[in-house]
Amino acid sequence: MKKKRKPKLAVWKFSSCDGCQLTLLDCEDELLAVAENIEIANFPEASRHVVKGPYDLSLVEGSITTPHDAERIHQVRRSSKVLISIGACATAGGIQALRNFKDVREFTSIVYATPSYIETLNKSTSIADHVFVDFELRGCPISKHQLVEVLSAYLNGRKPATPTYSVCVECKRRGTVCGLVTHGPPCLGPVTQAGCNALCPSYHRGCYGCFGPKETPNTTSLSAYWMSLGMKNPDLLRLFRSYNAYAEPFRKESEAHEK
Amino acid sequence: MKSRSIKVDYLARVEGEGGIRIKIHDKTVSEVQFDIFEPPRFFEAFLRGRHFTEAPDITARICGICPIAYQMSSVHAMESACGVSVTGQLRALRRLIYCGEWIESHALHIYMLHAPDFLGYQDVLEMARDHGDAVKQALKLKKIGNELVTLVGGREIHPINVRLGGFYKLPTRKELLELVDRLKWARDAALETVKLTATFPFPDFEREYEFVALRHEEEYPFNEGKLVSNRGLDIPISEYENHFAEEHVSHSNALHSVMKSRGAYLVGPLARFNLNFDKLTPAAQQASRDVGLVPPVKNQFKSIIVRSVETVFACEEALRIIQEYETPEKPAIDVPPRPGVGYGCTEAPRGFLYHRYRINDKGLIVEAKIVPPTSQNQKSMELDLRDFVPARLNLTQEKLTWQCEQAIRNYDPCISCATHFIRLEFQ
Repeated sequence: MKKKRKPKLAVWKFSSCDGCQLTLLDCEDELLAVAENIEIANFPEASRHVVKGPYDLSLVEGSITTPHDAERIHQVRRSSKVLISIGACATAGGIQALRNFKDVREFTSIVYATPSYIETLNKSTSIADHVFVDFELRGCPISKHQLVEVLSAYLNGRKPATPTYSVCVECKRRGTVCGLVTHGPPCLGPVTQAGCNALCPSYHRGCYGCFGPKETPNTTSLSAYWMSLGMKNPDLLRLFRSYNAYAEPFRKESEAHEK
Repeated sequence: MKSRSIKVDYLARVEGEGGIRIKIHDKTVSEVQFDIFEPPRFFEAFLRGRHFTEAPDITARICGICPIAYQMSSVHAMESACGVSVTGQLRALRRLIYCGEWIESHALHIYMLHAPDFLGYQDVLEMARDHGDAVKQALKLKKIGNELVTLVGGREIHPINVRLGGFYKLPTRKELLELVDRLKWARDAALETVKLTATFPFPDFEREYEFVALRHEEEYPFNEGKLVSNRGLDIPISEYENHFAEEHVSHSNALHSVMKSRGAYLVGPLARFNLNFDKLTPAAQQASRDVGLVPPVKNQFKSIIVRSVETVFACEEALRIIQEYETPEKPAIDVPPRPGVGYGCTEAPRGFLYHRYRINDKGLIVEAKIVPPTSQNQKSMELDLRDFVPARLNLTQEKLTWQCEQAIRNYDPCISCATHFIRLEFQ
């Protein structure tokens, strides 16, 4: 029998902290097995060697923040059969999307040391804002288990089993006492997608939304609840405006607390 | 007259996006640029107006490789602004989580990013075909570092358990003791790593650097100390900006740091080792001496051995902290906000990381300044290449290009860190 060709994997970086692609190298137990089944064809953080495209699978980390990157992502799309964006920067614009809320006019009074050296767009946007994305893997950072699940789903031609329900489901499953009910610290769990195994509540702190909005989140109701317990607008604004600030449900909710 | 140029468009096996451009004219190097085109992310701008308690989580997002360094520099800066000092076991736990970051980051750089250069492989997977056992050992070593970070911090990348005043939840003594056997294994693996890396072929290349690192009275530095150098610098961290400045150059989206009136300097493993050798544990000192590594080490290519020695130290220090651990009464002490300025400076795996914040009476950040290690080393990287290339012009283009890449990888540069600090000044 003819040996089956290994699928070619490429890992691309845009504006980001490198943490999500590092997650691949952090799969210490799985890395050698992954490499047996996939040809790591273009992964500059790990290798000097670059195999030319097209690629069967591209993982894209980071957000689009420069005119050059807005062009480059189209080249990446053209050379990729399947494109998966990984992490909050790639799926929602990341923490650097906090710039998106600044009035451009405000920036006219801002001076860089030498502004002409820098090229940047006014907004930091997700990969899906620019090209078709086959699958979005959430998280700041992404979960190692979900990454391995996505790679293995792709290898076996099935849909990745990553939940779209809320962090609350994971909390219940772990048996963590609910901070909302017991008036613990402010928690975004009810509106945030699962994936971290409800990490923060198990450490006695509120969820701060690393995995972005869940499917059909009711952010207004959650805000009203926290306000009834004495939270003020600026606190709610900061709560919704962090690592997934430009994901639409979180963006709209933070804007509602803007004055 | 012959002209030649060396160009690396996208430097591999580093964190972030950068390239190298060198122009050679008639056997002299006329131009050297370490280009950084990773886009800026403006952290110092959008930190303004955020609550001071958010700084450790937000600044961690500057770097997925060394989030602990950002969390530690920011909590220390905020605590100094508020006149609070974290002591005892909480302080020890902070050193413990830093040990974990050093172990995982050093293991990553030694084996996965740097060793393939010395052994002539494109990457660690290619290296694994001939050196399977060493690579498996490396992955296990790295994993133990990550386990330590996860145990204290909650997860390995962007840990969630660090806060002003301490932690959200304390590990139990039992949980920590469960890591002891693995840390002992890691220490032995690190000792093997010292021996292995010392056998690598090193280019004959020394330079007279000004080494700058933290120095503490009693310990090898992580979170606290004074900034000292081999040329007489000895200052509290609050005076950093009186002695150092940042320049904005056209080919880099990261600011270049210089020492005022003196120019380039070097931070990172070599600087720490040369300035704090006496504070290493006896076993780490002995391991260095056994392979003939004694300060001052002036060959940046040998930073790979120094990282291995520091990994031995980090394992031993973690074991010491765990053995002496007693659960503190509270996971964190109160840090009430008060208007003022605070400074934090801690030793990230690749060199010291400086934070300064001004906060107001409501605890909101008014101004932030962050200087990462890679910005501080950029000038030295370029000067290294300038001196390195002329003596090696007889090499083939491919070989010379590879060696220039290696000369940059000596620094374990984190370009993602370096570019996030193009500062916006409000008028």
